[in-house]
Amino acid sequence: MDFFDRFAVPHPSFLIYASMVGIGLTMLAIVLGITYFKKWGYLWREWITTVDHKRIGIMYLLSALLMLFRGGVDAIMMRYQLSVPENTFLDSQHYNEVFSTHGVVMILFMAMPFIIFFFNYVIPLQIGARDVAFPRLNALSFWLFFMGMGLFNISFIVGGSPDAGWTSYFPLAGNEFSASVGTNYYMIAIQIAGLGTLMTGINFITTILKMRAPGMTLMKMPMFTWSAFIANVIIVFAFPVLTVLLAMGTMDRLFGTNFFTTDNGGMDMLWANLFWVWGHPEVYILILPAFGIFSEIISTFARRNLYGYKSMVASMVVISLLSFVVWAHHFFTMGQGPLSNSIFSITTMAIAVPTGVKIFNWLFTLWKGKIEFTTPMLYSIMFIPLFTLGGVTGVMLAMSAADYQYHNTMFLVAHFHNVIIPGVVYAMLAGLTYYWPKIFGFMLNERLGKWTAWLMSIGFVLAFIPMYITGLDGQARRMYTYSESTGFGMWNMVSFIGAGVMAISFALLVYNIYWSIRYASRDIGDDPWDARSLEWATHTPVPEYNFAVTPQVDSTQAFWDSKKNGYELFQGKVEKIHMPNNSGLPFIMSCIFFVFGFAMVFSIWPLAIVSLIGILGCLAYRSFEQDHGRYISVEEIEETERKLRGAKK
Amino acid sequence: MKVDKSLPLEYSTEENSLKILGFWIFIGAEIMLFATLFASYFTLENRVGSGPSGAEIFEITPVLIETLLLLTSSFTIGLAIHAMRLNRTKATMTFFAITLLLGAAFLGVEIYEFMHYVHVGAGLQTSAFTAILLTTLGTHGLHVTFGLFWGLFILLQIKKRGLTPETANKSFIFSLYWHFLDVIWIFIFSFIYLKGMM
Ligand code: HEM
Ligand SMILES: [Cu+2]
Repeated sequence: MDFFDRFAVPHPSFLIYASMVGIGLTMLAIVLGITYFKKWGYLWREWITTVDHKRIGIMYLLSALLMLFRGGVDAIMMRYQLSVPENTFLDSQHYNEVFSTHGVVMILFMAMPFIIFFFNYVIPLQIGARDVAFPRLNALSFWLFFMGMGLFNISFIVGGSPDAGWTSYFPLAGNEFSASVGTNYYMIAIQIAGLGTLMTGINFITTILKMRAPGMTLMKMPMFTWSAFIANVIIVFAFPVLTVLLAMGTMDRLFGTNFFTTDNGGMDMLWANLFWVWGHPEVYILILPAFGIFSEIISTFARRNLYGYKSMVASMVVISLLSFVVWAHHFFTMGQGPLSNSIFSITTMAIAVPTGVKIFNWLFTLWKGKIEFTTPMLYSIMFIPLFTLGGVTGVMLAMSAADYQYHNTMFLVAHFHNVIIPGVVYAMLAGLTYYWPKIFGFMLNERLGKWTAWLMSIGFVLAFIPMYITGLDGQARRMYTYSESTGFGMWNMVSFIGAGVMAISFALLVYNIYWSIRYASRDIGDDPWDARSLEWATHTPVPEYNFAVTPQVDSTQAFWDSKKNGYELFQGKVEKIHMPNNSGLPFIMSCIFFVFGFAMVFSIWPLAIVSLIGILGCLAYRSFEQDHGRYISVEEIEETERKLRGAKK
Repeated sequence: MKVDKSLPLEYSTEENSLKILGFWIFIGAEIMLFATLFASYFTLENRVGSGPSGAEIFEITPVLIETLLLLTSSFTIGLAIHAMRLNRTKATMTFFAITLLLGAAFLGVEIYEFMHYVHVGAGLQTSAFTAILLTTLGTHGLHVTFGLFWGLFILLQIKKRGLTPETANKSFIFSLYWHFLDVIWIFIFSFIYLKGMM
């Protein structure tokens, strides 16, 4: 029956069948487990319907970690395939699918949720707020992201994965050259997740502008909040471009329009341009919050105020503006004239200036500080030289004439991993280790943590530095194999070993979490790192309402001042607190979105129409719904506070 | 919920003023959305392939009628908000209803226009130009359609619950949305139709 032909993977292999069985069994085990322990009710009440920014943050974190492993397995498969010449582990089609999904998963379903986890968990606490501006919208953002992620991941076992690269350039991504539904998944899954991200952007801009604690002027905001603010502004300006782009791509694939075809007036370069108008700012959406996290950690463990606060802010603003005017550096060699190449070459290099300002500020903060080498600090210190190397090779790539040599070689792959791993991944792991005690009430093991950081850096250098060499020697990216005579074999073997070391470091991180859950001390107080900003001023675990009394801010380091200079942070008395009610609607609506997406991928029109009506029905229901939230009474708050205080000390 | 009596109803609670700011930011995103569509339109404008060009298919009459209907509806939604500020529920509802009727009429003409395009052989699949033309107009049209339902729901809520901080807030936000669609239309009118016919 053609029913099965439709949903079957067009290009199956043993690996895919094995994963199908594996995924099936895991799902079954999860469902049975939850049923056996009677946790459905708990899951529904406490997590699926939650509107608490802290819990939503934790769900983002879990998704990100899950995707880190999915993307990591892809990476190992690629490196294994290339480790020796003429390898036959993957064939060309599978290699295409693996590098395409690796890129998408890592950027959109790993790094993005990871930073949104920080937005969610940290920002309200850091600005002394009780919640985000639109708690329900926040839940909707998460579930849309989650459903987009789910849809993208099932492509692996239902219908086939995208195979046109994470940039999905046309005409390669058009029906003619990508006939399977893989690229439909790309268009629609990212669209759904992207809607969620756009709402996150709106939500956090409003939160940061309107919900800061009294006294916290813009220029007294902690650096992470600043970086997140700018990243969210970039989200709001960049993601609509993606929305339009994906919509046009979907129409080309499903409805036979001619936006990006090579006949009937279509223009394939329009895709490349619009993709990077979104894609390049996207990189800064990831890296700026990472910079923010490093700033927090460096000033905490150097026991000093951040050097050059104002220039830090100014440099981020400049970076955010420049990030929108450099997109064409991604296609210097695709036929634009020397004039535009030169302009984009110069704007690209200009970004090095504000970035350099930031590097110097971190160095000056460290210079006179009393440095404490905790795990988060170790990541932050290793980040500086490694990231700088990535930046320097970036400037090399930005020289448009020279780029004809490096373009689409492993040199490029080495460059962007050299910025994205020490920049974004280190920041995430550093931040995770740093905030772990606030979130879960115990510290991760420091010794294991440092081992992880060192192994990761060693693995990183082994895995990526060789790619600079083979890239300059002409090894093209996205090639599934090469011949013996190229001489790339040895370097690629080194690179595979490096990837293996990185894999070990991730395994160690998992072991660390396991070890700490079992053995770490639960008696760590509210402020285990002796930190400086407001998120450490409340209890661990953080009560639902964050702060019993809204803090009063007087400097960029209000909490530090309250500890060292006797400044009174919590002035005023406890009053009843207004909180939003939980709601199942965001989850239900996102589930319908999932069905809608699936129906679109396979062009099942009746189902698509029914689910679209369902989505509109949810919106209509929401419009008529009246929900004024609830109050937490003074007695309840005092009871909670007493318990939390009693648990410690 | 704390209601601050010194402020206009739509701003009178903290939640309300958050929502208005949030909506302004959303409009920022919408501007980017339409800007992308316009940029694509200008890129593909002359890439007509074997299909017709704009000058060959645009007709001034329906476009003028559409413009007139939408501009008037933008005026009446302004009157509705004005009536709301004066706390006149009946008048608010009447102007709201007129706005929605004008919007529906606009949509009717637009549907006629689309059928005309398809009839003269300028369908979605004809060329890059027709695809981006219909997509840009269609996106605006879908926004209007969405607005009609949204506005209708708000109208029903005012009828049921009167002018509360909540309904006032929704009406105000709806009026921002509606004015915004009007502004977009003016761009469509000038840079797609007038420019295309010249
Ligand atoms: C953990 C170690 C990692 C290894 C060993 C690895 C390996 C690779 C390799 C070999 C490629 C090149 C595929 C090709 O063009 O032939 C690649 C591409 C890519 N990687 Fe990674 N990767 C790792 C982590 C990450 C992370 C953390 C991110 C993002 C946050 C990332 C994002 C990307 C992107 C965007 C591409 C481009 C995909 C494309 O060419 O379309 N990678 N990676
Ligand atoms: Cu770029």
